[in-house]
Amino acid sequence: MRQTKAIISALLTLWMVVASFGRSMPEGPGSAPAAGSAPMAVSGEMLIQNATILTASHGTIKNGSILIRDGKIAEVGTNLKARDPNARIIDATGKYVIPGIIDCHSHTAVDGGVNEGSLSVTAMVRIRDVIDPYDPDIYRELAGGLTTVNILHGSANSIGGQNAVLKLKLGKPVTEWFIPDAPAGIMFALGENPKQSSAAQAQRGGAQATPRRYPVTRMGVEETIREAFIRAKEYLQGWKDYEAKKAGDQNAILPRRDLMLEALVEVLQGKRMIHSHCYRADEIVMLLNLGDELGFHVQTLQHVLEGYKVAKEIAAHKTHASTFADFWSYKMEAFDAIPYNAALMASRGVNVSMNSDSDERARRLYLEAAKAVKYGGMSEEAALRTVTLNPAIQLGIDKRTGSIDVGKDADLAIFSQHPFSVYTVPEMTIIEGEVYFDRKADLERRDALKKEKEDLIRREREQRRGDRPSMQRPPDVPGERPSQPPSETETDPDHQPIER
Amino acid sequence: MKRTGDLIAIALLIGACAFGGWWPRVASAQGPETYAIRNARIVPVKGAVIENGTVVISNGKITAVGANVAVPSGAKVINASGLSVYPGMIDSGTTLGLMEISSVAGTVDTAETGDNNANIHVDVAIQADSSHVGVTRVNGITTVLTAPRGGQIAGQSALINLDGWVSRDMILKSPVAMHINWPGGAGASFEFSGFGRGPRRSITELRRAQERQVDGIKKILRDAKAYGEARDAAAKDASLPKRDLDLKLEALVPVVRGQMPVVVNANVERDIKGAIAFADEMKIKLIVSGGAEAWRVADQLKAKNIPVLVGAVLRMPTREDDPYDQAFSNAALLSKAGVKIAFQTQDSAHVRDLPYNAGMAAAFGLSKEEALKAVTINPAEIFGVADLVGSIETGKVANLIVTDGDPLEILTQVKYLFINGRQIPLTSRHTELYEKFKARP
Repeated sequence: MRQTKAIISALLTLWMVVASFGRSMPEGPGSAPAAGSAPMAVSGEMLIQNATILTASHGTIKNGSILIRDGKIAEVGTNLKARDPNARIIDATGKYVIPGIIDCHSHTAVDGGVNEGSLSVTAMVRIRDVIDPYDPDIYRELAGGLTTVNILHGSANSIGGQNAVLKLKLGKPVTEWFIPDAPAGIMFALGENPKQSSAAQAQRGGAQATPRRYPVTRMGVEETIREAFIRAKEYLQGWKDYEAKKAGDQNAILPRRDLMLEALVEVLQGKRMIHSHCYRADEIVMLLNLGDELGFHVQTLQHVLEGYKVAKEIAAHKTHASTFADFWSYKMEAFDAIPYNAALMASRGVNVSMNSDSDERARRLYLEAAKAVKYGGMSEEAALRTVTLNPAIQLGIDKRTGSIDVGKDADLAIFSQHPFSVYTVPEMTIIEGEVYFDRKADLERRDALKKEKEDLIRREREQRRGDRPSMQRPPDVPGERPSQPPSETETDPDHQPIER
Repeated sequence: MKRTGDLIAIALLIGACAFGGWWPRVASAQGPETYAIRNARIVPVKGAVIENGTVVISNGKITAVGANVAVPSGAKVINASGLSVYPGMIDSGTTLGLMEISSVAGTVDTAETGDNNANIHVDVAIQADSSHVGVTRVNGITTVLTAPRGGQIAGQSALINLDGWVSRDMILKSPVAMHINWPGGAGASFEFSGFGRGPRRSITELRRAQERQVDGIKKILRDAKAYGEARDAAAKDASLPKRDLDLKLEALVPVVRGQMPVVVNANVERDIKGAIAFADEMKIKLIVSGGAEAWRVADQLKAKNIPVLVGAVLRMPTREDDPYDQAFSNAALLSKAGVKIAFQTQDSAHVRDLPYNAGMAAAFGLSKEEALKAVTINPAEIFGVADLVGSIETGKVANLIVTDGDPLEILTQVKYLFINGRQIPLTSRHTELYEKFKARP
């Protein structure tokens, strides 16, 4: 099946490339790239004018302009002028510009499984090695104003794999997507997923399942993490001893490298951030206390749906929180989740972001942010920060993105109306001064793409008829398959794509 | 004496609230039975907007609506200046009341086992005090269709109002429809999309399996028709042999006689077409549910006057090469073709997000008016309860919300909530937990 998907994906890419060559290339500055093809290199400057600018850092600028030069925000204000006569001018009269949206919990574009679930500690595996830049969801996410994602390993393990923080530079070589100065990170997980209660339930259909793997309790999760860090400390000491000895002792033995423990050593040294999946108040406090004991800092708590119960403890540890807006009741540990979580944690001084954990939700994080205003009365600017500046701070990339400020990367999203209105439409998404999504261009090329596809299918059919006269069946059309039952996710614990 | 009793009751109530954090979920004992909501912008959905008017509620019903309506003596007056009155919203497909925590099997009663569950009816299993009830209604949803899910013939749904001590208090109509999950090839329906387990099967094989299953459903329906005829004949003529009672066939008799609509859950073009042909052949009253690719069949649906319960709008396109916004624009394309639509979340915990499904459809081409109708009067018409709910009209059940704006907007707050003419406190499990932990020192 993976193969089928890969073939379809390859065909689509090929078709998109063909399509982009097939057009009569009317693009100059002023039009946008095709989905899947590299964005047009723009002239050095771009000027967005007559917009309502929601800066996320210093309020709203009415009738404002943003001047972009060489991918950076050069000026923000009113009545700005481009220096370059060939600058691309975007008239945003009546529209809203916000910082490009940042999703602090994503599993998008991961080729294959997100969980190396064989062990409960897999600190050596890296998400950056398995990014699929042809995943069709990437364009769909760009079409929701998303520019930056924190792609995390799954939550099956007490200590999971290493994350990747990247921008959705669709069409560019994937090596250019990674934010070079983003601090390294790693996924931890607490509660039902690492103790594998759902998996056990699905396997057995009865109450006495044989667990597949240690740990199967929250107590075991704590000990698993403690033991891993004790080993990491011993490992570090082993290297220190060796370094101290090697000059004077010819017989000093080089320690064996251990990539798993190296990642945990980096955590202890403050070089790698912990992003920990968690739900219940008890497990949140457990991890924070364990950090105090063993000497690690927890950068972000992910989901953290009971964070509102222990916001004081979270704030005291200067730990950040990345949560859902109003998602709840899908598992026991999500039963006390409330939509007031974000506002309540923020009121206690916690830096809060709203994340998706789902490619679908990632396309409408701007509306998820609005829910922080509805539930708990966060100010609109503070709520906008939950999907822009706050996740940037949480990921340590706020010097370059997350708000509309001079000197930052020109990562922007343009909306038809205020982004908190349910009637708004994301119209343009810009990363480092280049347009990666333009709704107008998207609408204009739909007919041509449709015709292109029909032609390709027709040609393929003719060719098959010619090559293999016995073959009567038309090629299978992607997507044409029998109906799916309604939201199987709710009743099938083994098929819960939303929360990994 | 009675007054003293009331005071004691109030004192006890206050005590209960203070000590246990407990709030009355049904406010029937509180306040007068007659309300007048004054100085409000009234959006009746049917009929013109009244910019400054009064709605009178008495004994559970709407008794007067208009710009110049007298306030009955003894009515509790709500000054809704700056606020708007809308009919309570209706979700056209949920599992609300049948499920508490989706991953905890003990709390899930959505899907009976077996292929033919025609005799299953949800009204007996609605958990009136489910935490989902309170969480949903405080966001302005007052009525939902709760439907069963298991098997090919899943059983009978009910429309429930989200207030009541026991499920019987909640039932607006039961049964509403027979629900059928369009067969998808014996559990291998995901094979092509990658979620399949078991041996690979070609599309041709899957289609054959699907046809066999559809034939199976047709046979059951023919049996039900024959069963009904034999039963009626035996009732008239004592010399004829009596048939044993068959609960499943019995349940299907109203379906094959066109008295009970059939909601067929089908998403892809081919299956929707299959369901239409099936309904034609079996002469049943069809409602399409899900309908992710219904836009591809819009003309046919319009020609046959088949309504569509548009499944969650907030989802991905069905095909990799669909336009990115296909799920958002499906409803608009159907509406433009003249198909009657209503929205459903197909959820339980997240029914409160129903208005944002409608709102997203409106952002992508559906008119705001039609989006509102698709969560109010359209479902009422589709389910045959337009005389009871779905608009603000004299004589209808007083399911109303008073808001500070457009109920499809996220930032809008519900200020007052009435179900069956009772004012419902705007509290839920979520507000209770919020208040409790907001007060943590």
